[in-house]
Amino acid sequence: MLTKLTGGIVYDPANKVNGKKKDIYIKDGKIVNKPRNVEPDKEYNITGKVVMAGAIDLHTHIGGGKGNIARMLMPENHRIDAVAHTGIKRAGTGHAMPSTFITGYRYAEMGYTAAFEPAVLPVNARQAHMEMGDVPMLDKGGYVLMGSDDYFLRMMTANKDQQAINDYVAWTLRAAQGIGIKVVNPGGISAFKFNQRQLDLDEKNKHYNVTPRDILKSLATAVKELGIKHPLHVHGSNLGVPGNTQTTLDSIAGVEGLPMHLTHIQFHSYGTEGDFKFSSGAAQIAESINKNKNISVDVGQIMFGQTVTASGDNMRQYANHGFANPNKWVCMDIECDAGCGLVPFKYRDQNFVNALQWTIGLEIFLLVKDPWRIFLTTDHPNGAPFSSYPHLIRLLMDKSFRNDMLSSIHPEAQKMSTLGTIDREYTMQEIAILTRAGAAKITGLVGRGSLGKDSWADITVYTENENREKMFEKPDYVFKDGEMVVKDGEVVKTVWGTTHVVRPEYDKSVEKDLKQYFDKYLTMKIGNFAISDDEITEDGRGSLTVHPTVGEKV
Amino acid sequence: MTKITEVPSPFCGIGTDDLTIQADGIAIKVVANGCAVNTPAFEQAITDTSPRVDGKEVTLKQATNRAAKLLKTANQPVIGGCATDVNGMRALMALADRNGAVVDNINFTGAKRNFLAMQDTGWINTTLAEIKNRCDLFIVFGCDLEAFSPRFYERYLWNKEAMFLDDTSAREIIYIGKAPSGNASTSPNKTKAQVLECADADLPEVTSVLKALIKGNPVFTEQVAGIAVADLQEIADKLKAADYGVVTWAAGALNFSQAELTVQTICELVKDVNASGVRCSGFPLGGKEGDQTANQVCGWQTGYPARMRFSSGIPEYDPFLYDINAMFANGEVDAFVWVQAFNTSAVPPHGGNIPTVVIGRSGMVFEEEPEVYIPVGTPGIDHTGHAYRLDNVVAIRLKKLRDSGLPTTAEVLTAIEQALVI
Repeated sequence: MLTKLTGGIVYDPANKVNGKKKDIYIKDGKIVNKPRNVEPDKEYNITGKVVMAGAIDLHTHIGGGKGNIARMLMPENHRIDAVAHTGIKRAGTGHAMPSTFITGYRYAEMGYTAAFEPAVLPVNARQAHMEMGDVPMLDKGGYVLMGSDDYFLRMMTANKDQQAINDYVAWTLRAAQGIGIKVVNPGGISAFKFNQRQLDLDEKNKHYNVTPRDILKSLATAVKELGIKHPLHVHGSNLGVPGNTQTTLDSIAGVEGLPMHLTHIQFHSYGTEGDFKFSSGAAQIAESINKNKNISVDVGQIMFGQTVTASGDNMRQYANHGFANPNKWVCMDIECDAGCGLVPFKYRDQNFVNALQWTIGLEIFLLVKDPWRIFLTTDHPNGAPFSSYPHLIRLLMDKSFRNDMLSSIHPEAQKMSTLGTIDREYTMQEIAILTRAGAAKITGLVGRGSLGKDSWADITVYTENENREKMFEKPDYVFKDGEMVVKDGEVVKTVWGTTHVVRPEYDKSVEKDLKQYFDKYLTMKIGNFAISDDEITEDGRGSLTVHPTVGEKV
Repeated sequence: MTKITEVPSPFCGIGTDDLTIQADGIAIKVVANGCAVNTPAFEQAITDTSPRVDGKEVTLKQATNRAAKLLKTANQPVIGGCATDVNGMRALMALADRNGAVVDNINFTGAKRNFLAMQDTGWINTTLAEIKNRCDLFIVFGCDLEAFSPRFYERYLWNKEAMFLDDTSAREIIYIGKAPSGNASTSPNKTKAQVLECADADLPEVTSVLKALIKGNPVFTEQVAGIAVADLQEIADKLKAADYGVVTWAAGALNFSQAELTVQTICELVKDVNASGVRCSGFPLGGKEGDQTANQVCGWQTGYPARMRFSSGIPEYDPFLYDINAMFANGEVDAFVWVQAFNTSAVPPHGGNIPTVVIGRSGMVFEEEPEVYIPVGTPGIDHTGHAYRLDNVVAIRLKKLRDSGLPTTAEVLTAIEQALVI
């Protein structure tokens, strides 16, 4: 079957196509060159409409235990956003932490075709994959969380060589079926279990005697040497702490040029100036990002309203529980592996700190120059639910709208922020980089985020609209693997995406010592720990796509 | 005859996965690491293999068609039990969504005490491996732990080596409420658990006083429910002196009115200990009959734990209204599906003359034959699957141990759902 999309204005930065009128042909789920002497079986006249690849969210909490605790914690938040089933869609709920089906539908209905869960605890990876297995419409994948697990920290204390660390990292990645490695408050989740309530970059975990700096370097090296394309995904130390700009700058220096992705950088860009001892570190952070080409970031923009924060960083979540709104919160220590914390938040535009957080995120978006190294996220649901992305895109693309919003927030925050002086407006092509081509590239996806020949036909078609929020919240069409799945902003067909993974080689003898460790200290047999492929595929709708490591042939 | 090692159990809730079983045809024998809970559950023989409608053997298709017919014409269908694996629960939710049914998990009346507390103020909890390696003070509120879980102490407290304790036998065990029924809690160095006995119904008072003492609030009495306040003060001091105290309770065992408030007091006193400057965690016991599995799947698919309904097309949660026992008592049910793939003795609650479909583990015996009975395989014996452990984080991969030919819960419920659309 040959499908033709006729007359669209294509933004495809992966192939350096910038707003050019171009027909697109789809065959067997993939994009093909214009075939000779073959008439399309189906043609969509999209003359003048904006065409991009399907959008990719590289950091969104859509699957895994902490998200499900967040759901259970907030029944009142679901009641205001209950969604009835239809002939093709299952019932479910939003708002801050939507149920799995609603997550898939809502992402697809704003033009997304892939999303990555950034905090897959190895011991909870089964759950992450099972939840994502119930997220329709999207491709998915996860970054496997390491760095506070006792096995790793024991290796660090014992000064194991880098090769041994690499083998363990690759083994864990394989067992948990991930596409990247994540570290959250490096060593801090473990330190909290030893009753350390904070941990600076050069402060030692009091049991293991290792510092977050040591851990960052070790894991970033492992990721690089294993050839994992996605840089070490880092939720840094001191999240939310005024003055953490310095921690972030030191962390960038600390990895000494190794690739590193700093996630929800907004939460790590705070200074201590001003009457309230809270200020923006955006300019310094952006300058450092601009200078250090090994660094990429996603923003973790906050938006005003109710949400729930869900994080592996139980140390910082515990420290912030006093802000819980409504006043209820959960913290957990987890299986000598990691931890989690859930704290509901209501970000308010008339609250000085919240208002400044909002400006800090936007400042970073606008001050970082290279769109291939910055990504559009709200750290769903931590900064805001993902459903706020169209609004965020408008803030980036429309200066006068942004300044109108700025003029309505807490006056002291307005005074403290340089946001009003920044003229930059994101272009259509830049948005396509942030949300498509760049995101695919940095996560190491082959054949996604692109409208070139042989790419999978994940395509979104929008009607041009000056109001970018309106434009991006309701695409005309979304195609997933070549099938039309959304029409006029509504799901018209339910499909199931694949799970993206990467599998670097490792020395299998790593399991010898691990087996003893499991038998002695953990609560399950090592043979029952690793997730087999059939666990993801046996329901008949899941599948696995293995992406190459650096240098590996496709 | 096949021997299978490292077999995980979906029955005990604590995720025991070191069993060795021997399968001889369809007969299963636990040959190593069994216990009073797991061994009989694994060894339970298969009796029925054919579905029945009105007591007569029929094909699976006939049975699922009849079940669908009952559901299709019902005004308020209810699916109870929900004791199955993840895929079974997924199919159950799909059926309930399509049919507009109420979903109620078998253990929810107990579990609701935890959910109510959690959804009101939250908690600080931990998991089994942290207990195994860190816990130096373990307090049990109102529960006979070894009856609940015979191997708990052996596996998670009297383990020989722990990463962060020099001597695991020096862990201190304290019971408040029920005394233990045996000696599992006696340490390998022969130290017996300290027991401050009181009636379950006195736990609200006792836990409140303990919480006050932890906070340093004045207490103007010397005794509470027969327990000396001085003894409780000693426990408060121990909690504040421990490196990693763990406080456990079984919501199902707190069988008195408004026990959720006692759960909340326990959770809040754990928070108070943390606020005082040391670490301490709660540890709710549960995980049997697939209850965590049901709540997890229902949670990610609807946002709510497994006492909810789809009657209005949207998911709605109410821990009181959608209790099937209350619904039966009020005459609010006109078709009933009971799903129980683990436990043959957990037969459906008697609902009067309500048309009933049982999707049950082979071996169930009914006082009153249901309209439809479909014997299904047991997850972890007859087919692979996933089940959640009590600590809510670890999902275990269940193994298939024999070829019984029995269908899975998921297959049966999906067939019923499909028959609804025809």
